[in-house]
Amino acid sequence: MSSSARIAALALAGCLLTGPASASGHGVLYYGYGTTPTARQIAGWAIAVRPDGQGLPPGKGSVSHGGDLFQTFCAACHGTFGEGEGRYPKLAGNDPLTGNQPRPTVGSYWPYATTLFDYINRAMPFPSPHVLKPDQVYAVTAYILNLNNIVAASFVADATTLPKVKMPNRHGFIWADPRPDTHDTECMNDCLKPDQVKITSTAEGKGITPRTTGPLDTSMPQ
Amino acid sequence: MDQEATGPQAGHDARLVRPGRRAMFRAGMAAGMVALAGRARAEAPAPPADDPWSQTPGPGVVSRVYGHPSHFEKDVIRRNVPFLTATPQSSVSFTPLQSQQGIITASGLFFERYHAGRPTVDPAKHRLMIHGMVEQPRLYAMRDIERFPSISRIHFIECPANGGMEWRAAQLNSLQFTHGMIGCADWTGVKVSTILEEVGIKPEGKWALVEGADGAHMARSIPVSKLLDDCMLVYGQNGEALRPEQGYPLRLLVPGWQGNVNVKWIRRIQIGDQPWFTREETSKYTELMPDGKARGFTWKLYAKSVITFPCPEMPVNAPGLYEIRGFAWSGLGRIKAVDVSIDGGVNWTRARLDGLVLPKAMTRFTLPWRWDGKPALLQSRAIDETGFVQPTITELRAARGVNAIYNNNSIQTWQVKENGSVFDVQLG
Ligand code: HEC
Repeated sequence: MSSSARIAALALAGCLLTGPASASGHGVLYYGYGTTPTARQIAGWAIAVRPDGQGLPPGKGSVSHGGDLFQTFCAACHGTFGEGEGRYPKLAGNDPLTGNQPRPTVGSYWPYATTLFDYINRAMPFPSPHVLKPDQVYAVTAYILNLNNIVAASFVADATTLPKVKMPNRHGFIWADPRPDTHDTECMNDCLKPDQVKITSTAEGKGITPRTTGPLDTSMPQ
Repeated sequence: MDQEATGPQAGHDARLVRPGRRAMFRAGMAAGMVALAGRARAEAPAPPADDPWSQTPGPGVVSRVYGHPSHFEKDVIRRNVPFLTATPQSSVSFTPLQSQQGIITASGLFFERYHAGRPTVDPAKHRLMIHGMVEQPRLYAMRDIERFPSISRIHFIECPANGGMEWRAAQLNSLQFTHGMIGCADWTGVKVSTILEEVGIKPEGKWALVEGADGAHMARSIPVSKLLDDCMLVYGQNGEALRPEQGYPLRLLVPGWQGNVNVKWIRRIQIGDQPWFTREETSKYTELMPDGKARGFTWKLYAKSVITFPCPEMPVNAPGLYEIRGFAWSGLGRIKAVDVSIDGGVNWTRARLDGLVLPKAMTRFTLPWRWDGKPALLQSRAIDETGFVQPTITELRAARGVNAIYNNNSIQTWQVKENGSVFDVQLG
């Protein structure tokens, strides 16, 4: 509600309004619902980390300590060297980002090392997220960066070093949406020559579509 | 006891078509008939004979205290593609669009997308914290949120990976799996602007981090301008409480933008002066172009449409008159028109837009079609109020290659064969 609408609402409600809502002006809440969170409450939830390091907690972790932690907490799904077990994500590798089967990884794709700390801290290890201590998150972050040959084995991750890590794909992103980048028209008649209409691919016979009747399909095609 | 679930009767005769099921229906009737005594032993399930359900009262009120669809609709369910993901807890299920009757997706059929499963959040304990570059940080309980002035709006939510399997070629022979990462609902909640104006955003506050209470602590950066424009904090869905699958007790609704930013189980909004570049906006939800560069923050869902009848799950049988049906939607506004082609895009006919035509909502279209029994290539093409015309897959590939995964809004082609069966194909 704009401030003029608020004043109008106040005028309409007249003397019926009491309490915090009757006080108007800057810095005073109009509805007044909820409470003011304490600094401790904010600190407990405010876990987001930015590329400039804002949000990184105190603490530090080394590559070698991270290697031990990784075996315990992460390797079952991501493999000892981050190669990825089964369908679990691969965390290391330098496959090209072009061609037929690009496989973007932390090393080849991620633009910021801070994102790695942020994500592991908020979402990993997958079965029990957000249980690692900051020192442990720093350590596995350092280990994964080292697996990707981005930092040396002597690297220690902390709030100062992590924002300074230069990720190989740092400048690989375009953050301004260039669309519309297609320019189809409202053509209604003879838009193509009939002999230009050719089926180039079909899902028929590929055998990968789960069934859409009966019970859920749990089969895994080759 | 649920009588409906035990009867041998089938109830689909009046449906437009379900080839194969009609034959099943007759066989089922014949088998059931033997067991039935009395007048039902007629040769056909037609007038003047009564069926058993006409000769006995059914269960009374509150025999179902929370209703559910007819037993005969048991195949109409969310389904998944098991090989797509490592675990069902970070995965997706698909809305059965082939059976969706109007623009509102049934709450129990609305597609799911989780990054750490579906949490069970206690609404009494849930809180929304707003802090950062604001005049007055605030912590709200659900009863506080529900007290703010409220609005209801119909909007779709679509995962930008909808159709992501189809960039290189036609892969999945199913409408549910090629287009089912979408749903449309009537959402009730409070405008984000109401609350942001209450707490007061500092002039430098241009970005917001929105975060969920699930195990993924799902986090995305959104420009404050979008939050102030038309976003909602939603606690109601289709006339009842938001479903757990959709973020109970509170989710963010970001109309027209990719599903992932519509953070579910939302518990925190932090205002800042720059984006956070979280994993979900760098490693994921970015689009690799042929040169190896990637596009990020491509939030808007451009105009798209699909024919829901006929489709692979709902083929035609005998030649004759049918109604082509489908949905169109645009994250940029209202649908202005939908055109349908039966010859693979050579000629187009304007379809009828049916019912509500709302901004950033699914819109229904229909067109009568006399099928002559010959092969056909059915397509629909959406045009939105900005004048944007839905592209072909060939145009999309020319602009973005085949590795983008996200934002495939191409025209779908359904190949109808002489026997009436329907296949997902791509044209060149
Ligand atoms: C039970 C299996 C499992 C374990 C254990 C596990 N993860 Fe994961 N990890 C996953 C899954 C599944 C995903 C993908 C989640 C998604 O996309 O929502 C993932 C994603 C990631 C990613 C992002 C990959 C990318 O390219 O986007 C990183 C980094 C990661 N995990 C690090 C870790 C670390 C560090 C640990 C140990 C502290 C760990 N994981 C433990 C299953 C696991």
